[in-house]
Amino acid sequence: MPQVTLTVNGTTHTAEVEGRTLLVELLRETLRLTGTHVGCDTSQCGACVVHVDGASVKSCTILALQANGAQVTTIEGLAKADGALHPMQEAFREYHALQCGFCTPGMVMSAIDLVQKHPDGMSEKEIREGLEGNLCRCTGYHNIVKAIAAAQDVMHGRRAELAPAAE
Amino acid sequence: MYDFAYHKPTSVADAVKILSADPDARPISGGQTLLPALKHRLNKPTSVVDLSGIAELKGIKRNGDTLVIGALAKHVEVSNSPEVKAAIPALAMMAGTIGDTQVRNRGTIGGSVANNDPAADYPSAVLGLGATVVTDKRRIAADDFFQGMFTTALEPGELLVAIEFPIPEKAGYAKMRNPASRYVMAGVFVAKTTSGVRVVVNGAGPGVFRQAEMEKALSASWSEAAVAGIKQSADGLNGDIHGSAEYRAHLVTVMAKRAVAAAG
Repeated sequence: MPQVTLTVNGTTHTAEVEGRTLLVELLRETLRLTGTHVGCDTSQCGACVVHVDGASVKSCTILALQANGAQVTTIEGLAKADGALHPMQEAFREYHALQCGFCTPGMVMSAIDLVQKHPDGMSEKEIREGLEGNLCRCTGYHNIVKAIAAAQDVMHGRRAELAPAAE
Repeated sequence: MYDFAYHKPTSVADAVKILSADPDARPISGGQTLLPALKHRLNKPTSVVDLSGIAELKGIKRNGDTLVIGALAKHVEVSNSPEVKAAIPALAMMAGTIGDTQVRNRGTIGGSVANNDPAADYPSAVLGLGATVVTDKRRIAADDFFQGMFTTALEPGELLVAIEFPIPEKAGYAKMRNPASRYVMAGVFVAKTTSGVRVVVNGAGPGVFRQAEMEKALSASWSEAAVAGIKQSADGLNGDIHGSAEYRAHLVTVMAKRAVAAAG
């Protein structure tokens, strides 16, 4: 069987895979990183979004072998070793940007890529457009958009700490 | 998905060798269309040839009056490219509206054009700008390249290498998307070029096609008013649960007006 070597959340792994093995299958079933979810498996819902070499991709629509040699970051790779959450995770918690939580790993990964690609900040409209590839069936997106708007200020260094959600 | 052998050649010659030797081998670039098709078992390739390691297929550059885009250029790269934005802003705008962020981070222009999905965006720009499709064997004019639903002039084993876009005087694109799938219901690409005006419809029919009546009208007068009264025939257009052929025909006129407005 072919072998794939890739770095996931800073750790290099080598695994035997089939040609048809998807990156998400390698992450969840071989590396047991089950924070990345499979929602639709048809590249529409975005629950499986991870970063491959710094860009958000749907890990259900890329072969594991296509990620050979890549740097992959999953939701498990965001928090610091001491457990301190990434500003985006913190914002999702503060702004109650989730209900069932199934879409959340993909939402957070997409949101971080989106913020990083917009160093000048995004309007609410731009955030909503940027989330086109992520579906949430609980929240109506409203608090997700608020969380991302708050997190971008921290990620871009415009605020030292997350703005608290309104009472 | 059925299993397959995986190859990752580093030259066009090596890729073509594998693809020519095996009629059931399929090239893959971004895989944003091929992988969903394989999951549905619409396709059963014996082997998949990953083109992403082939440097000859990469790059975006301007050669005088022509913009040359390598087959492996991702939608996000075309969308953000300063060369594309300066030479053909309508093309950069189009690339930024394909699929979603994650699809644009993987999908490529070569894959989209070679696949020729009737609801794809790029084929309308390729035909609308009178581009030339360059393969490992020959150069194919856009007018000869697109041959109907998912069908092109590419022969088995022939690889799309790059697309050469003549830089137009002005160009514009407008589309109406299905609100759920976001695929094109009807789109129109208009261009004023040194060799004349071209108007191309995508999404509405089984493949991209030129709208001769609108081309004539815009040649006489480049304005929204020139196309406003032209009705597209519904004959042969797609009708499905998302919209009838008559609805799509109506959209063609509306999108043509918006495309002219976008072109300025």
